[in-house]
Amino acid sequence: MIEIRIHGRGGQGNVVAAYLLAMAAFEEGRYGQAFPNFGAERRGAPVIAFVRIDNENILRRNQILTPAFLIIQDQALLHVSGVTNGLLPNGKILVNSPQSSDELSQQLGKEVISIQASMLAKKILGRPVPNTTLLAAFFALTGMLSQESLRKVLQHKFKDAVLEKNLLLIQKAVELVPAGLWQQETDNVTSS
Amino acid sequence: MLQALEGSQAVAQAVALCRPQVIAAYPITPQTHIVENISKLVANGKLKCEFISVESEFSAASVVLGAAVAGSRAYTATASQGILLMAEVLYNIAGLRVPLVMTCANRAISSPLSIWNDQQDSMAVRDAGWIQLYCADNQEAVDTTIQAYKIAERTELPVMVCMDGFTLTHTLESINIPNQEQVDNFLPEYKFSRTLDPQNPISIGTLVSPDFYSEARHSHHIAILNAEAEIISANQDWEKITGRNSGGLLTIEGPTEAKVAILTIGSVYGTLRAAIEKFDLEQPIKLIKLRSFRPFPIDALKTVCKGLEHVIVLERAIGLGSGAIIGLEVLAALTELDHPPKVHKFAAGLGGRDIPLEILPRLLATLNESSDGRFRIFDVELDKLPEEDR
Amino acid sequence: MQISQLRDRQPRFRGLESGHRACLGCAEALAARLVTEAAGPDVMVANATGCLEIFTTPWPESAWRIPWIHSLFENSSAVAAGMEAALKVQGKSTKVLAFGGDGATFDIGFQSLSGMLERGQNVLYVCFDNEAYMNTGIQRSSSTPHAAITTTSPPGKERMGKRHLKKDIVSIIAAHHIPYAATTSVAYPSDIRKKVRRAMAIEGSTFLQIHCPCPLGWGHEGHKSIEVARLAVQTGLFPIIELERGGLAGAMPLRNVRPVVEYLREQQRFKHLFTDELRAKEELEHIQAIADHNIEIYGLHSDGNKDVFDSEGMDTVRRGGMRWA
Repeated sequence: MIEIRIHGRGGQGNVVAAYLLAMAAFEEGRYGQAFPNFGAERRGAPVIAFVRIDNENILRRNQILTPAFLIIQDQALLHVSGVTNGLLPNGKILVNSPQSSDELSQQLGKEVISIQASMLAKKILGRPVPNTTLLAAFFALTGMLSQESLRKVLQHKFKDAVLEKNLLLIQKAVELVPAGLWQQETDNVTSS
Repeated sequence: MLQALEGSQAVAQAVALCRPQVIAAYPITPQTHIVENISKLVANGKLKCEFISVESEFSAASVVLGAAVAGSRAYTATASQGILLMAEVLYNIAGLRVPLVMTCANRAISSPLSIWNDQQDSMAVRDAGWIQLYCADNQEAVDTTIQAYKIAERTELPVMVCMDGFTLTHTLESINIPNQEQVDNFLPEYKFSRTLDPQNPISIGTLVSPDFYSEARHSHHIAILNAEAEIISANQDWEKITGRNSGGLLTIEGPTEAKVAILTIGSVYGTLRAAIEKFDLEQPIKLIKLRSFRPFPIDALKTVCKGLEHVIVLERAIGLGSGAIIGLEVLAALTELDHPPKVHKFAAGLGGRDIPLEILPRLLATLNESSDGRFRIFDVELDKLPEEDR
Repeated sequence: MQISQLRDRQPRFRGLESGHRACLGCAEALAARLVTEAAGPDVMVANATGCLEIFTTPWPESAWRIPWIHSLFENSSAVAAGMEAALKVQGKSTKVLAFGGDGATFDIGFQSLSGMLERGQNVLYVCFDNEAYMNTGIQRSSSTPHAAITTTSPPGKERMGKRHLKKDIVSIIAAHHIPYAATTSVAYPSDIRKKVRRAMAIEGSTFLQIHCPCPLGWGHEGHKSIEVARLAVQTGLFPIIELERGGLAGAMPLRNVRPVVEYLREQQRFKHLFTDELRAKEELEHIQAIADHNIEIYGLHSDGNKDVFDSEGMDTVRRGGMRWA
């Protein structure tokens, strides 16, 4: 079972990202479970979403305390206490930030890949919503799920021009990260 | 068809498959996604019904009451404060013996304000005269919603389908949504024996003197007890159509030689099952999933608990000033056995507190202590409280 | 049997039969019968808790000849709303009526009433206004008129009965801009029938407030109910008006305006106003001012013209007459 924790703020599409991830797993005949840990506010409050992916039915419903991967939609959250808590020893962090991957890896003492997801989204979608960009990059890094599955779930969610833009966005996003960089770790967690 | 759906979305689809004619609701977290999804189905023409956005939960319950007595299948959903605001109507619906189905997206009760999950809300109205069925996962929520209509309409009792807020309502997972034909084969058209009709005028809701009130209460109580058979057969009939079993009144699993059982209600069941798989336990244990809380299945419980030494009851509500709610009812039922097991009573996961897998070994460890079985909140962190409150 | 045939069974269909347990001279019982007569048999009723509900349905008896449900005190509008929605989906034209007293309408059920009107549901809401919680033993409601004695607004050294004014419910109803709202009085039966028929013909929310004296609560003889009700109208204290979409569309003119003391002295609930005390005189002047204000804002003066539909028209000559109105 792979456990992923997504951190962001209300309005950044945190829960949508978690749902898309689990739906992509479902597209590939696997089991996905995604759920949020909401604040009571509408926007701006930190939001955590949890994703589990497995080849078997997922029974547990507790929060993910020891994720293999963290996806951080707002770089300011990197420095909020608790955000990186519990990350497995070989765990990886994907973050939306203008700072370089090396710089952030050094700061946190963990392997961090940084992409400018908001900026790319702003350019292509016209709105700085980082979630789809991060997902596409995450899929490319881990090879856990295919870009085709992501395309499929986006087709469920969006239509017409918005869909076209999202598809273009994920195509561009993939180019921002080295494909298969985290493949090894993904395979390790899956088999453990 | 198997789909990746959010629990609320799945329940909305299940409700739509039951062809309700009137739906009334008032927004409250975490019930909102259910009624939002139903609104969408109505707006897209996929569900033909009158959807009434009322001005309070009180009116939501009253509207569906009116609709049901006027001859239409009806639905509403709420949670938490909404249940409390409805409380008067809930008693009234049940006393009038009106078949209705309501989803309770279980949530804690204020004060202190909490929008998160526990089961204090449905427990607060446990004696209102409704059937209460609790769901362990979203598949059960879908299947139980459909079964609930059959149970309600055959018994002329309202049914509350309780599903943990957020933990189920906001969780996306693989869920099998039945097709319309399956539901139509299972669920006959809505019929109510006392429908208001100008051709045959009757009066409903009359004043009853002390000469007959006890008898009215008795017959209502017996009707709920007798509903056990309908709950079991609805589950069996639905299993014949879909191959899925939601667990009748209760289910028990685990090695026959086990002397310890944990009894739970709602979504914590899955976490405990995962924990049993994960941990290398010293002793075998059984897991009891209580699905029907009203009627409280005394006989079924006695049967599955016979020969056990310990029953740990883990619930998500508290009887303030008394302690356990379900725990006490389990204890009372099991005293009827010749050698009753010791009942250990715990609450956990109040107001959205996460229940981790580690709860299982920690619960079992309490059996080694010289536990008196008395109720306590298992995951309370006393060091957060001033000395005098501990 | 078809509904239409039901009408033939009696020369005049009545939805509320005799033999119920209302008090002598109960105006609410009379008003309810008049409403059901005019509404006919193709209706169903949601009735709030209160005298009307209690005295008509001591189990296992019922005085209703129309489908009738009582749920709770404060939800008759919402129950009616659900019935209306169900009938709409079923494609039936049966009209839904909601009945409530002033407590159920002005106070505890006000929210669900407002919600139902806002949604424009096809329900005729009838408020039987007897100006206090009579069934619980005459406690003040927000409909109780200024200075009236109730068991929770007794007079004393510091008080002259109810301190506050009667809530102007019809103006609040008007603010919902429903197609039709009206006030009427049990003293004018053909006015009641006319307004019920008008409301029955309208697809949408309609509201009727019927002034119904309560001999027990108001402290007058049972045989004086109609006379007392008529004086409330003739003094200007209870204006008979009609509103369409929230605008004033009609008012019953007052042929001879009576001073309020003629109305007040008939009732024990105002007995404390008839003393030599200065504060009693002041209260009487205050109540007269309220009546004058009503006459002014609704233009109730007939200016000497006579009209069969004015405050001393046909209804007052032939009580229960003008069935064709």
